[in-house]
Amino acid sequence: MRWFWIDRFVEFQSGSHAKAIKNVTLAEEHLHDHFPGFPVMPGSLIIEGMAQTGGILLGEMLHFENLIVLAKIPKVMFYSCACPGDTLAYDVRLLDAREDGGFVECTARVGDRLVAEAEIVFARVPRGGSQTLSQESLMATMQLLNVWETHRGQPHCGQTNGAGTAEPV
Amino acid sequence: MPTAEEIFTKVRETLVDALGVDDDEVTPEATLVGDLGAESIDFLDIVFRLEKNFSIKIPRGELFPESLAADQTLVKDGVVTPQGIAELRSRMPHADVDKFAKNPKVENIQELFTVQMIVNFLQNKLAGGSA
Repeated sequence: MRWFWIDRFVEFQSGSHAKAIKNVTLAEEHLHDHFPGFPVMPGSLIIEGMAQTGGILLGEMLHFENLIVLAKIPKVMFYSCACPGDTLAYDVRLLDAREDGGFVECTARVGDRLVAEAEIVFARVPRGGSQTLSQESLMATMQLLNVWETHRGQPHCGQTNGAGTAEPV
Repeated sequence: MPTAEEIFTKVRETLVDALGVDDDEVTPEATLVGDLGAESIDFLDIVFRLEKNFSIKIPRGELFPESLAADQTLVKDGVVTPQGIAELRSRMPHADVDKFAKNPKVENIQELFTVQMIVNFLQNKLAGGSA
């Protein structure tokens, strides 16, 4: 299983806010155990989707120079379920970004219906040591998630050339 | 310019939001780590919220100084040296360093981070000082 809990970015305003969608599908294995006969998207994965949206928004603003990790979820509330066939929209607002990390506020909605809201704190991990995520693989992920097309203006760092390899700007 | 009382009330709200503790647990003498269960990531959350709630900027290391333990002139064999204590006094005029100096072990540094310390810091900051 590839750990992508968002499918595409539909809005991306650098340093401010972003919106990504996740289509919930019956092809997701875990739904058949969660719960048998009543598939609903687990809350933890909704949080993961919000965190991925927020983490990329924050990382982009800090020029993807360091790894951004989910550090703390001060507040999260669940109001309704997300089921197969639903398109979850994660709306994330960046409230603070600094050297150490950042703070985002997010909502998850299916259409107009509110599914969840959360506050998420990220930490920025200094370079060096055992970093398994390479810059190139992150750029490739951005490409898959349609970040660059929805992003207003040019990406701050790392543009892929025709061959798909990342180059520093 | 808010009163000490008003500052304390806002600090209490901030810590209740950040640490999930009850109102009555937040007393002036309460230590963030020992009494209120704060961890390192909570310090980041606390700084965000204080900046937002008081409309100020808190540069990195100003409220919660970065680890001194790495510097060998400041900490030796698990004890903070006199030079280290002087360093603490200059970096943290808002903290009760005298109390710490009575038992200056490295693990006691976190005892300096009390609710009152935050209130003192904010009073200085809001009065126009750089804490």
